[in-house]
Amino acid sequence: MNRLFDKTFWGLTIGLVGLLALNFFLEEWMRSIGLQSLSRGCVAIGLLILWRTGLVSFGHALFFGFGAYTVAMMQILGVNDLFVLLICGMATAGFLAFFLGFLLRKYRAIFFALLNMAFSMILYGVLAKAEWLGSTDGFGVKQVSFIGMTPADDMYRPLLFVCAAFFAYISAVGAHWYLKSTLGMMTMAVRENEIRVEYLGYSAEKAIHVKYVLSGLLAGVGGVIMAVTVGHVDPDSMVYWPVSGDFVFITILAGTGNVGATFIGALVYELLRTYAFEFAPHLWQLILGGSLLLIIMFLPDGLWSIRSELRNRRELRQAKRDSDNRAAEVRR
Amino acid sequence: MTRVLEVHDLEKNFGGVVAAHNINVAVEIGETIGIIGANGAGKTTFVNMVTGYLKPSSGRIEFMGKNVVGLQPRDVTKLGLCRSFQVPQVFLSESIFDNMMVAYGIAERSGLGLFAPLHTEERAAKVDAQLKRYQIDDYRDMAASALPQGVRKLLDIAMATVRNPKLVMLDEPTSGISVEEKFGLMDIIMQALREEETTVMFIEHDMEIVERFVDRVWAFYQGQVICDATTAEAMKDEKVREFVIGQEYHPAHVEGGVHA
Repeated sequence: MNRLFDKTFWGLTIGLVGLLALNFFLEEWMRSIGLQSLSRGCVAIGLLILWRTGLVSFGHALFFGFGAYTVAMMQILGVNDLFVLLICGMATAGFLAFFLGFLLRKYRAIFFALLNMAFSMILYGVLAKAEWLGSTDGFGVKQVSFIGMTPADDMYRPLLFVCAAFFAYISAVGAHWYLKSTLGMMTMAVRENEIRVEYLGYSAEKAIHVKYVLSGLLAGVGGVIMAVTVGHVDPDSMVYWPVSGDFVFITILAGTGNVGATFIGALVYELLRTYAFEFAPHLWQLILGGSLLLIIMFLPDGLWSIRSELRNRRELRQAKRDSDNRAAEVRR
Repeated sequence: MTRVLEVHDLEKNFGGVVAAHNINVAVEIGETIGIIGANGAGKTTFVNMVTGYLKPSSGRIEFMGKNVVGLQPRDVTKLGLCRSFQVPQVFLSESIFDNMMVAYGIAERSGLGLFAPLHTEERAAKVDAQLKRYQIDDYRDMAASALPQGVRKLLDIAMATVRNPKLVMLDEPTSGISVEEKFGLMDIIMQALREEETTVMFIEHDMEIVERFVDRVWAFYQGQVICDATTAEAMKDEKVREFVIGQEYHPAHVEGGVHA
């Protein structure tokens, strides 16, 4: 099998085709959940890359919010095409990550995590206070066009879903290929031993910087999708620190084994939150917290570890059968 | 012969502590140098300065005629000066094979393209050859955290030499290794390095190892090189015997005998 077109690639491709097919049958509220999952999934892929590098960010709402606000600001400037908005959102989030990276690449562990949060809260403070940035009310986001096309009203959301699915697909495949490359494997190398990386002839800080920018770009993609999906941006739902917490939640839920699992994790999170809110409006945080606790206790490597667990069991069973057969042959 | 390494008037102070003073040494291509000295004599500090990990207070370090003071370890590594560590620096969570794959991936220029996969058959073949050279191919798929100390040391050196360095500095290659295994381990290392015609410099406490593998000895004492001579001469040197070896060491041949 070609090394790029491996199982994960085909899995993601089948997932995309499945989503596009489902799109014809989805109720609008389901489509909304799907769009939000795709959006948060993109951000969580960025966190996965950092996670594999041994870094956790409690502040990626910063880049998510930057992407989302870019959509609103660009619309004010008269730009209304989804693809242009996507590029702008990625660019602003990416540039921000690039500049902050010069500082953050020097920090590890809890300092890295909280420094990110600090920056996200600075942005939150600025957005909430500045009148011309919408203050706490934020901005409305108008319907976008698709490469100049403005679809009929009943086609708008399905078309948006198709585009979001493609953006997420490209992000996931790109991240997957990247993680399999030598540069991508540097995540493990930096996490395990920075001294060795330096003495192999590569800068660990540079490696971290690159991964940070990638995570910023992915968070930008997520922010753009989210802004267009909910049609509104405001500091509380885009930049406030619990938003960053959502992404960390998804990453823990999905595990860092595979980029595909991240989207499953995002979907599970979205469903969990929706239903928890619907059936226990006063206790939904408790339900979310309880699920996180269960995941950490019973599936510390996330949903993805179910798969490897099943495979191990299958192999064990197979091995047992083989040895039984051999024993039977010996008896014969 | 050409000189691989020349060190001039090297000084290093940590506050009031003198870690290196007036070090003037040179290494010819193909030599094997043994660095000896008690704990705290400045041996590892010297290696750290030469490989760019520490910046000397003053002095000049020339590697292949190029001044390397102020360069980062990664730059020194790229010039062809590599090192191993007293405590092996490997990627503990990964298998020996993956450790080596990453090492080669980083070392090869072509390995660093965007989306250029780490696992290629060509690279795997190189890894297997290197594992065979260091005789650790039996442990190929074992996680580095589960390896015996000796194997981990060999892995550390195998990773340090993926760039075919011109000079390699080994920081106590036999520390933490049982007496019975030491010679076997050094045989493997020296054979592998000579295959690549690498100039070797290693820190060692065991004088029997030094006598067997080394052409020339540098004895460190309180940050200074108190002796720079052939192994046989160094073993007879009075200062070396007093400050480095200690009086309890009396091998037969120093008294005029032959190698047993």
